[in-house]
Amino acid sequence: MSSPPAAAREARSGSSAADSVIAVRSLAKSYGTQPEPLRALEEIDFKIGEGEFVAIVGPSGCGKTTLLKILAGLIPASSGTALLRGTPILGPRRDIGVVFQAPVLFPWRTVLDNVLLPADVQRLDRVRLRAVALDLLRLVGLEGFDRRYPWELSGGMQQRVAIVRALIHDPAMLLMDEPFGALDAMTREQMNLELQRIWLERRKTVVFITHSIPEAVFLADRVLVMTPRPGRIAEAIAIDIARPRSLGVMSTLAFGAYALRVRAHFNALGGLDA
Amino acid sequence: MNSFRNATLRVLLMLAALALWELCVRVFDVPVYILPAPSGVLRALYVGVSRFIYIENSWITLEETLLGFLAGTSLAFLLGTAIALSRRFEYFLYPSIVMFQALPKVALAPLIVVWFGVGLPSKIVNAALIAFFPLMVNTIAGLRSADEDRVNLMRSLDASEAQIFWMLRLPGALPFIMAGLEVAMIFALIGAIVAEFVGATKGLGVLINTLNFSGDVAGIFSILFILSVLGLALNQVILAVRRRVLFWDASQKSVTEDTRRGGLL
Repeated sequence: MSSPPAAAREARSGSSAADSVIAVRSLAKSYGTQPEPLRALEEIDFKIGEGEFVAIVGPSGCGKTTLLKILAGLIPASSGTALLRGTPILGPRRDIGVVFQAPVLFPWRTVLDNVLLPADVQRLDRVRLRAVALDLLRLVGLEGFDRRYPWELSGGMQQRVAIVRALIHDPAMLLMDEPFGALDAMTREQMNLELQRIWLERRKTVVFITHSIPEAVFLADRVLVMTPRPGRIAEAIAIDIARPRSLGVMSTLAFGAYALRVRAHFNALGGLDA
Repeated sequence: MNSFRNATLRVLLMLAALALWELCVRVFDVPVYILPAPSGVLRALYVGVSRFIYIENSWITLEETLLGFLAGTSLAFLLGTAIALSRRFEYFLYPSIVMFQALPKVALAPLIVVWFGVGLPSKIVNAALIAFFPLMVNTIAGLRSADEDRVNLMRSLDASEAQIFWMLRLPGALPFIMAGLEVAMIFALIGAIVAEFVGATKGLGVLINTLNFSGDVAGIFSILFILSVLGLALNQVILAVRRRVLFWDASQKSVTEDTRRGGLL
């Protein structure tokens, strides 16, 4: 398997190599050592520019989460490379913030202490970050909740705490693995608006994994569409809709056209609906 | 209002049972060496407490129980942690521990008295031995129960294994550990009493033996009452600690309540 020509690779990325936060080159991952190993990812190539919001969308089992775990340094790739700001991701990196599908808060810590977990683990300046934490909590509408415990918060509020925790140590990149997948539809739309607001304010580089096509199109500057196993990137679609986007944008023709273009990839594979 | 009425009803029910007991003993003229009346038990309790015999011996049994609890649970926590964290430890240690666990530990009491004498040490060893297992098993289960997502979160933050242990595994294991401590405390009391039965010069177990020889059944009942109060008090201490430590745990349930209902203790 040879990697695609450089020109094709360049076309898939929205930025040049120089200012890319993430550069993934012919990445592959397979599990097991049997004669027929399970191929989860193949020939993954993309670049993500500074401050870009990229959504990766694909059906269940297409290796989205595997890709995210590789980017987070939780598991190694079988071949190929993933560079973060020019250095290869070989293990967990302190300049990455991760938000998982579940909020993953520690029930014995208050909201503030949960947010400061990265500071405790990485022995950062707790006093300075405490002020940052309170600022961020205000930004996500959780002012005054810093001394509460996770169980006193609703699911959406808990996930907002998880987002603040991922931002607290000012990482170069935010990885989000279906962060709103466990929320009800209404809360999910709220959280999409909220996330857009936070992103517009902080301009972090975001890799957002989802299986919801509307969510991907609504949030992202660029949508990478993945095929089912082995996961490959079928198309990279730049979403040219002005920000801030309101929920109303979802019923516009342009939005529908983008969603249809993403969906076409899944329909071609046998009508996999998101 | 309703709960107050229920509480009163509860006390009344207990008093009614005692009255029925008293009545039966008097009406059927049950010999005092078979079943004493509650009034007789109360009298024996008063005499024993006022002569300081009960207090002195209760203190000794309490001391044995607490020291045995401390020794047994410390060892159980350390060993449980080692086994939970290291596959090597588990591989070499666990089989012998499981074999030992299957053995009814009270059967060892005579040997332990032979080895450690009739004094305090043999009681501590016996209490520790019986208190050991419930905590060790729970420590292993608790430390291994750490949620995969939480471990991944810690790893993604570049946490060391030591940090994962102190910040995640240990606090997460506390519900299990507190449950183990609750059982261990009651078990330690059992261990102390059994060792006193087998060979001792002081303690509530010795008193029961002595009163048994002299046919003072009312006296035995009064000691049983003291033991039950002692066990209850020790349990309350653990429950108080548990409430403080596990304020965040949604399943604020006591093990002893459950197991007692199930008849395990």
